[in-house]
This record gives sequence, structure tokens and C-alpha cells, in this order.
Amino acid sequence: MVRAEWAIFEEDYWAINNVLDDLLRSSRASNVVLIDRTGQLVSQCGPEVDFDLTSFASLCAADFEANYQLAKLIGERDFSTLFHQGARESMYLAKIAKGVVLVVLFSKSTTLGLVRLRVKRAVEELNEIIEHLYEKLEYRNEEYDTFDEGFTRGVEAEIDNLFAD
Amino acid sequence: MSLINYSSREINCKVVYYGPGLGGKTTNIQYVYEKLAPETKGKLVTLATEMDRTLFFDFLPLELGEVKGFKTRFHLYTVPGQVYYNASRKLILRGVDGIVFVGDSSESRFDANIEALYNLHDNLKEYDLSLEQIPFVMQWNKRDMPDAIPMAELNEELNPEGYDNFEGIAVQGVGVFDTLKCVAKKVLRQLQTS
Repeated sequence: MVRAEWAIFEEDYWAINNVLDDLLRSSRASNVVLIDRTGQLVSQCGPEVDFDLTSFASLCAADFEANYQLAKLIGERDFSTLFHQGARESMYLAKIAKGVVLVVLFSKSTTLGLVRLRVKRAVEELNEIIEHLYEKLEYRNEEYDTFDEGFTRGVEAEIDNLFAD
Repeated sequence: MSLINYSSREINCKVVYYGPGLGGKTTNIQYVYEKLAPETKGKLVTLATEMDRTLFFDFLPLELGEVKGFKTRFHLYTVPGQVYYNASRKLILRGVDGIVFVGDSSESRFDANIEALYNLHDNLKEYDLSLEQIPFVMQWNKRDMPDAIPMAELNEELNPEGYDNFEGIAVQGVGVFDTLKCVAKKVLRQLQTS
């Protein structure tokens, strides 16, 4: 049985997506992305993007992590939000519970004030979902037996295939 | 920190290449990137200085085929090897699932290997981790150097625990896939048994 440090179940995924969808509409943002602090993409809401989302998630996590270290250096606990302003597109990043980060991409069709306001509510809702998810991870992991020895062997065969010289 | 997404049916794992500066960490990842088919790899992201030294990290996502309806992804990261970039190194280790230590076989870099290993222990400690808890593989790179220390000697001095280790000439691809295969399988096994 596989036991990851964290997992997202179907119902949580949809609960998260509902919050992201609501945030996207109410803030008039162009895209909303949820990542974890190790750079894994959790979910994305909005039109299909024309950039590499995997790299985006990895760089956002590094950005957030670097700023976390900067905050500690100057005696702050952390920076709970970050803002990057561009000529056309801007980004607003906010810390969620358990090392999850919310990233909002927005253009001139909205304002930083509105984004900030809507993100505040979304952060509260996402915090609740993520905290709840972690609470149930302990016992829910036991229910999933997809990842047995057969699964591991299957993935090992895929690894051999991928790295065949 | 591996993440299983039951909704999108994905497993994501993070592997970090660690080691002394100019030891061949980036070269390992570049070789993997060059050799793999386009559908199995993502974009190679490199945050480097103008001198092509890794400043923050290199990043390469790899995707395995589906097994039981689940896709497995490995995210490969390198850290900057230079001593003064320790803050960057430390933060790349957050959530690591597996580590490859790329050591430099040259006699002149022996001390740099020791320093990098100590640094790895110290940085893991900050996350309340130790090498015993994390899948760990060593690659003794630059085996083609004229002053390369014999493998047995390197392992005796720098790998007394007897971690799996491979000979590498990363610029020619020697040992690159074997090292990655080994750490990837260890990460999977760790997931299954923990």
C-alpha cells in the first residue's frame, strides 16, 4: 500500500475546485492555480494556459520558499502573501495551511484590491478544506489498496522502459 | 513530499541531485533530458548564472506510463553546489523523496565531496530528516579523470554505510540512467512500505 505524505481524494478535489472557480469569477482573475510548497501542481482553474504549468508550479514554489527564508532573515515569521506586478499580467500568491500555496493570475480586467479581497475569503475556505483533508488522511489511506506489490512492480517496469539505454 | 491525487490519478515524487560544485549534477539531468522521448518529459528549467553555474536549481519533470490507472511523475531537481549558495540548497530539499549524491572522483575534489556530504546531513537535519530515512544513491562521477580515486577507496572513505553507488561519466551518459533508475525504484518502495 502506498502512503504518501499527503493525498487528495475525489471529494476534496471538487471542494477545492469549487472554491477556485468561485474565486476566479468573483475576482475576475484570468487563472487560479493551487500548488504545494514542494512544487507539485494540485489544481488549476480557468482557461487553458499557453505556458508550461509544471514549470510554473515548480518556480512558484521556489519563489514562495525563497521569500519565506527572506522573511525569516529579517525577523518575520513568514510572508503570507506575495505580489508580482507585470505590464499585462500580474500574480498574487497566498499561503494556505499545510504548505499549500494559492496563485492568482490576473490582468487589467480587475484590480489588486479586488483580487486581495476575494483571495482572503478563498484562503479561509481552502484552509478549512486542507485541514480537514489532513485530519482524515490518517484513516482514509488505509482504505486504498490500489498500490499493492503488483502496482509497484508495474511502475518499476515502466521505470526500466523509460530508462532503457 | 510525495503527493497522490486520487482525482487526477497521479503520484508525484521529488528527487534531488546533491553534491559538490562542478560535480556533474546538471550534466546528469541534461543527459536525461536529451535522451528521453518528448512525451515522457517536461520542460527543462535552469536557473543559472551567466557562467552556466546553477544559481538556484534545475528542474525536469518526467512522466511514466499508466499503471492501474495511475500516472507516476518524478520531478528531478539539482541544487547549486557552490558553498555560498547554501540557502538555495536547503530550500530545494523541502519535501524531498529521494536523493542522488553526485560526487567528484578527482583527487583534487575529495575534500569538496566531504564538505558536500556534511552539508547534506546538516540541511536534512533542519527538516528533521536524516539520510537513513530517505532513499539515497551515490554516483561517483568523472571516472575518466586522470586523477580519479579508485571506487573502492571512495566508498571506503565516503560511503562506509554502503549505500548503492554507481560509476559515472555523466558527459557521456555513463551511469546516469542506472543511478536514476535505482533511486526512482527506492522511492517507490519507500512509498509502498512506509
